[in-house]
Amino acid sequence: MTATRERAVTAATSTHGPMWPARYVVVARQAETKDTVTLTLRPVESPIEPPRPGQFTMLYAYGVGEVPISVSGFARGQELVQTIRAIGAVTRALCAAAPGDMIGVRGPFGTQWRLSLAEDGDLLVVAGGIGLAPLRPALLAALAERTRYRRVVLLVGARSPDDLLFTHELETWRRRGASVRVTVDRAGVDWKGDVGLVTRFIDGAVTDPARTGALVCGPEIMMRICAHTLVSRGVAAESILVSLERNMRCGAALCGHCQLGPRLLCRDGPVVSYADAAPLAAKKEL
Amino acid sequence: MDASTAIPVSRLIDPGGLGDLYDALAGEGYRVIGPAVQDGAIVLSELASAEELPFGWGVRLEPGGYRLRRRDDTAAFGHSAGPQSWKRFLHPPRERLWSATRTADGFELSDHADDEPQRYAFLGVRPCDLRAIAVQDRVLAYPGSRYAERRAQLFIIAVNCTEPGETCFCASMDTGPGVRDPGYDLALTELVDDGGHRFLVEVGSQQGLDILWQVRSKRSDDDTMQQARSAVEAAAGRMGRQMQADGLRDLMADSHQAARWDDVAARCLSCGNCTMACPTCFCTTMEDTTDLTGDHAERWEHWDSCFDLDFSYLAGGSVRSSPKSRYRQWLTHKLGTWHDQFGESGCVGCGRCIVWCPTGIDLTEEVKALRTERAQRSGPGERS
Repeated sequence: MTATRERAVTAATSTHGPMWPARYVVVARQAETKDTVTLTLRPVESPIEPPRPGQFTMLYAYGVGEVPISVSGFARGQELVQTIRAIGAVTRALCAAAPGDMIGVRGPFGTQWRLSLAEDGDLLVVAGGIGLAPLRPALLAALAERTRYRRVVLLVGARSPDDLLFTHELETWRRRGASVRVTVDRAGVDWKGDVGLVTRFIDGAVTDPARTGALVCGPEIMMRICAHTLVSRGVAAESILVSLERNMRCGAALCGHCQLGPRLLCRDGPVVSYADAAPLAAKKEL
Repeated sequence: MDASTAIPVSRLIDPGGLGDLYDALAGEGYRVIGPAVQDGAIVLSELASAEELPFGWGVRLEPGGYRLRRRDDTAAFGHSAGPQSWKRFLHPPRERLWSATRTADGFELSDHADDEPQRYAFLGVRPCDLRAIAVQDRVLAYPGSRYAERRAQLFIIAVNCTEPGETCFCASMDTGPGVRDPGYDLALTELVDDGGHRFLVEVGSQQGLDILWQVRSKRSDDDTMQQARSAVEAAAGRMGRQMQADGLRDLMADSHQAARWDDVAARCLSCGNCTMACPTCFCTTMEDTTDLTGDHAERWEHWDSCFDLDFSYLAGGSVRSSPKSRYRQWLTHKLGTWHDQFGESGCVGCGRCIVWCPTGIDLTEEVKALRTERAQRSGPGERS
C-alpha cells in the first residue's frame, strides 16, 4: 500500500514538476485568533510528499493567488495542517475557506528543524506570534519521542492574550513533558501570566548551554535578540536554528525572489543555523 | 575556437550556403531564429529566409547608446549583441504554467501538455551567448520543465566573433571571442576579404553534421583555417571593455558597505533594463488571473527584475527599499553570489547592460571603482 502510494507521488511529481499544485480539500477549520486560522487539508488525488517539521508549502486560493505557508502539523494519514494569518488578499481567502472548499498545494519546500542537535540534552523552543505555527510540528515530534531529550522547554510570546495560538493545546503539551512558559507584551485585567518580551525568559531557560539546542521562530528582530542572548549564555551558534522569511514565489529555487546573499531561502532555508544567519542578518537591505 | 570540435570536419560555405543551411533547418521542421534589422536595431526574430540576415549592417555601441551603421562590406555577422538575447525564446517573457476551471466541488487543472514545445534553430549565437545559455541551463533546466524540453530540441549555430563591440569584454570573462564551450551543433567563422565572402564551418555534433551534409560546401584549406583562427585571436585583443574577473566573488562579498553604491545609486533609475537585456538574468514572478465569470483561472510566469521595489516585498515592506540596495543586489548576485548558488559567474561579458542602461552605467567601471575603494580601505594609509 505504502509502496504503491509512493510510486503515485513520484509519478505525479515527475510528470508536472514543482510548479504544479496538488488539489486538497479543507476537512477542518479551526479559528485560532481573530485573524489566524488552522486548516486541515486532505488530498483529492496524489498527496504531496510528507513535509518535515520546518518545511513550507505554497497554498493556492482559486482565482486569487498563492502564498507560502508553514506546515503547522500532521493529521492522520496524508492530511496536512497549516496555520494562516490573514494579512493580504490571498491569506484572507485561505482563512475564509470552509470545510469542503478546494485549495491547491505545492511543496513541501525548504529545510527542516534538525531536532538531533538537542538529542540527549535540552531542547529549547522559542516562538514569537505566528512563529509558533512552524515550530509546532517540531515540538510534537520531540514530545512523541520525549525520552530522547533531557528537558523540552517551550517559550511562547505574543502581543496580547488574544494573539496566542494553540492555547487549547498548551496543557496537553505540559502533560506530555514540556515545560511551557507563555508571555504577552500587553495584558488585559484577566491575564494572570507573564508580561514582557519572550527574550527575557531565555536566560532562565538555559541551564546547560553546552548541551542545549534551540529552535527560534518569530519576527526577525525577536529571533536576533533571542539568538544573541543564547550565544551570550554559551549556546553554540551552530546549535541555534532560526527560520528566516523572504519573498517566496516558486519554492523551487527558480524565481530568484528569496535570495539572501548567497542563499536561495526556499531551498537553502527557511531553517538555517544562527552561525550561518548572523553574518547575513547583519547586512542591511541584503 | 579553443573548444575542440566534437567532430573533426571543417568545410567552407559562401553566403548562398547560408540559404542552404536555412532551407535544411526549415526542412527539418525547425523555426529558425536569427539576427535581422528591425526598428533601427538588430533584433532576434524568426527568419523567413537567410536573406533577412543583416548583411552589410554593423552597430555602434556606447554606454546608454546603440546605433546601426552601414558597413563597407557585406558581412552578415559584423555586429555585436543587440537589445535581445536568446533567453527570449528559451525562457520566454511570459508563459502560462497551467489553467484551472471551476467545478461543482472546486476546480480542475490543465497543464496544456499537448502544446508541442517549439523546435528552434538559433542561427548566429555568439560565444558569450552560448555560455549564457549554459548558465541559464544550470538554473532552469530541471527535468520536465518547458525550458528543458525546448532546450533538448534546440539546434545551435554559433558564430565566432571577429569584430567585438565597444562594450564587449568576453575575453575578460573567458567566454569568447571564439567558442569556448561545447553545446553548439555548427560553428561559423565569417571571413570577408580578397578571398571573397565565406564562412568556415566547424561541426560540434552529429545533428550538425547531418545538416551540413545538406549544404553546398567545399573543403576548407589550411590558409583559410589559419585566417579564421587569426581573425578570432585578433578580436580577443580588440575588446572595447575589460574586467578583471578573478577575485570578483570576494570583491562583491567585501563591498557591502562600499561608498560606491551611493554613487551608482545616484545614477541608477531602477528601471530594470539591464535585467531584461542580460542573457542570464532568470528571475520570474507568478501572476494568477481569472476571467470575468471566475470560471476560468490561469497561472502565468513572467520575467521579473530585482530592481522592482515589489521584488523583495514581505508583509510590512520591501527588504530592499533603496535603489542602492537593489543595484547592489543585482551586481553582487551577477558577479558574486551566483558562484555560491550555481558554481559559476552570472556575467558572460556581452556588454548589453552597459548599452541598454538609459544612464550608461558601466559595470566594468563600477567594478574598477569597488576594487579601488577596497584597496584604499585596506591600504597602508588607512586610519581607524
